[in-house]
Amino acid sequence: MFAPRLNRWLTALAALLLASALLFPLWSVSLIAPQYPEGLGMYIWAHTVTGVGANDLQNINGLNHYIGMQTIVPDAIPELAIMRPGILAMSALGLLVAALGRRRLLQAWALALVAAALVGLVDFWKWEYDYGHHLDLEHAPIKVPGMSYQPPLIGSKQLLNFTATSLPATGGVLAIAAVVLAAGAAVLGGGATQPTPSRRAPEPRAARMSDDAPVLTHR
Amino acid sequence: MSVTRRTGWFLAAASVVATVAYGFACAPASKQAAGTIGAADAASKVYVAPGQKDEFYAFLSGGFSGQVGVYGLPSGRLLKIVPVFSQFPENGYGYSEETKPMLETSFGNIPWDDLHHTALSQTNGEDDGRWLFVNANNTPRIGRVNLATFETEEILQIPNSGGNHGSPFITSNTEYTIASTRFSLPIPQADVPIADYKKAFKGTISFVKASEPGKMDVAFQLLVPGYDYDLARAGKGPSKDWMFFTSYNSEQAYEKLEVNASKADKDFIAAVNWKSLEACATAGKGELWPANYAHNVMDEFTRVATTEFKKQVRVLTPASCPNSIYFLPTPKSPHGADVDPSGEYIVAGGKLATVIPVHSFAKIQKAIADKAFETAVDGIPVLKYDAILAGEVKDPGLGPLHTEFDGKGYAYTSLFISSEVVKWKLGTWEIVDRAPTYYSIGHLMIPGGATTKPSGKYLVAMNKITKDRYLPTGPELAQSAQLYDISGEKMKLLLDFPTVGEPHYANAILASKVQAIQKKFYSIADNKHPMATKSEPETGVSRSGKVVHVRMTAIRSHFSPDNIEGVQVGDTVLFHITNLEQDWDIPHGFAIQGATNAELLIMPGETRTLKWVPKALGVYPMYCTDFCSALHQEMQGYVRVSPVGSSVPLMANTVKAQGQAARAEKFKH
Ligand SMILES: [Cu+2]
Repeated sequence: MFAPRLNRWLTALAALLLASALLFPLWSVSLIAPQYPEGLGMYIWAHTVTGVGANDLQNINGLNHYIGMQTIVPDAIPELAIMRPGILAMSALGLLVAALGRRRLLQAWALALVAAALVGLVDFWKWEYDYGHHLDLEHAPIKVPGMSYQPPLIGSKQLLNFTATSLPATGGVLAIAAVVLAAGAAVLGGGATQPTPSRRAPEPRAARMSDDAPVLTHR
Repeated sequence: MSVTRRTGWFLAAASVVATVAYGFACAPASKQAAGTIGAADAASKVYVAPGQKDEFYAFLSGGFSGQVGVYGLPSGRLLKIVPVFSQFPENGYGYSEETKPMLETSFGNIPWDDLHHTALSQTNGEDDGRWLFVNANNTPRIGRVNLATFETEEILQIPNSGGNHGSPFITSNTEYTIASTRFSLPIPQADVPIADYKKAFKGTISFVKASEPGKMDVAFQLLVPGYDYDLARAGKGPSKDWMFFTSYNSEQAYEKLEVNASKADKDFIAAVNWKSLEACATAGKGELWPANYAHNVMDEFTRVATTEFKKQVRVLTPASCPNSIYFLPTPKSPHGADVDPSGEYIVAGGKLATVIPVHSFAKIQKAIADKAFETAVDGIPVLKYDAILAGEVKDPGLGPLHTEFDGKGYAYTSLFISSEVVKWKLGTWEIVDRAPTYYSIGHLMIPGGATTKPSGKYLVAMNKITKDRYLPTGPELAQSAQLYDISGEKMKLLLDFPTVGEPHYANAILASKVQAIQKKFYSIADNKHPMATKSEPETGVSRSGKVVHVRMTAIRSHFSPDNIEGVQVGDTVLFHITNLEQDWDIPHGFAIQGATNAELLIMPGETRTLKWVPKALGVYPMYCTDFCSALHQEMQGYVRVSPVGSSVPLMANTVKAQGQAARAEKFKH
């Protein structure tokens, strides 16, 4: 059975939004303290972690050594190595299912996307938990009994003198919009239509790129 | 003789009446002197609320402190002291190995000078906020302060000069900053009787290339008659190719100048066409004279100062470069020669004159064309006073010194003897207002007052005497400036504020122009210091003969290494400390017991070196002096000093890196 044309367009749009999320940071963590009225901040991208200011990451790491927090080294976070190709693959797949127009495929893709998003968030939370709790107390100059330093997933939290605020950044908003659109496309009803070759969504380039991620395309 | 009872009663009653009358008449007046507005009103005008910023940066010369005081206006709050010609133990300027060469001269390392005047760099006749130039009066020098860092980056000694007072005034595109001799001398120096003053002593006017940082140079000097050259100002607009220098002692007295240099009715303002001198110099006119003068530059990337001794200087004479200098007769020992924003009027402050004469640039040009010369001195034409005079401000008060402009058609002249500021109108020369100063004002300053675009909002009076204005502090009292509101018709005194040293002159600039270029820290990646240590694993100690090099890093809150052993009595220990921080406002300090120089303040990303020669065996503490962090107090260490020939090996512990490498390794598994 074929999905309604609107749903297929939504799916294609969701796929493109998802890919565009790679152009922006997904999440931002900002830190404000009396000593840092201008704030320090980190951006979490699909492929790396950067400071908002040129030396913010270095300065955050410098400050974190006081509480024994592990140094944030983007290259040492394996997820950052696979997230970008994964997102690209999902995006290509989305374009493909939009083109094929099969409702089942479309629903499967949407489900996979929602699942991947949830896994991503849980994984991010786990990293935050790890950084916040697994402290090198033996070498930490500042030890506050019972204190952990896990920033929230979304929202603000006081961590000693810092107010840590964690929010989706532009890329995150785009990705969330993609997930919502995909879910909408999967559940919305409507009259089925036959795909016409001339009205296919343009996807050859993205489809080619899906070859780069065979694991996901073989789902 | 005894006082009768009746007379006694009379005296008692009279004194009561007098006291009461005095109380009524004088109590309010003494609290609110003329020119003062209501205290609350004045307070609100200078109040900059906590967290708010001042509208202007003001750079006040520090006089005999050899420094510059940086203040915010209108609050008068001291923001920073910038050492230029003086060693500064607070941060190690002039003590650290990197900055010692900044104070090098042909006389040796001179750790002090008398810093009189300031000049902000200009573009198209407006302050551009890049650099501040300042003069050293005693051992003639000009310094350049970078306003991105508020640090002295360059100092050029001026050859063939005695008393660099008429300096460092600047041309309208920062082409040249100038130096003129307060004291004439045998030039070149010679062993001659002082009584030969008239025939053997000369003055010089030097033009120093100023537009390229690190490349200040005496482009050419003009040999002038042996007077005392005092102050100067560049022309602007139509007169921008000219520079005007006041002189006194045209009597050429060499003793008891107080009397002997005050005899002539008129002295001279030298009007110098620097474009014409520049053309002569470029054409190779004049002569290259042997000389020996220091040029000290702080390299942008190593942040190490080096000294180069320059060995010659081009000397021009009025004869070798005709039509480049004219004398303008000006009453009685003029001090300031100040050019109004239009560039047309040159206002002279004849210290002992009863008028303020104003020369017209247009008339000067006409007089030159018409050859309206009174006479000539050493081949320099003296223009006719009446042919060049635009007007005179009559009865301004006593001791007119220096004039600035508000850009709204008014001029403000300081009067030293009558201790006041007089406001008068350009063109009509009528006095419209006067305000007392407390006391004995020297120079005054209006933000942008020396440029084509003054900001006629505030005026700062720099006073020489403060007597009863502040809590007394022994024989020497606070040096002081006063802030006046000049936005309205009447000048209003807003604020007294104490200053560093004795300010002779100042400049102020809209804060936004300087804020925009502020450097927050030095990039560690760009640090090219030969002894820079860019990470903790690179730190360590090494010996070469009796010299021990310690390559050390500082980061919150530890030094690496923080323990050193194997140093021997009499070794020269050089601590090369790199501040690894890359964050704003996080300097670290370094001090070690028994160092005979000073401490270091090391800015983020910078390397500084302190020399220490231990004189006796023992263990000596070292520590961070700048409260950098919660564990600043823990930022300390020891150096063990053993006897000469001891077998204790040279070693240093290095703090275990909380390194990325270790972490990265952990994550891989
Ligand atoms: Cu410190």
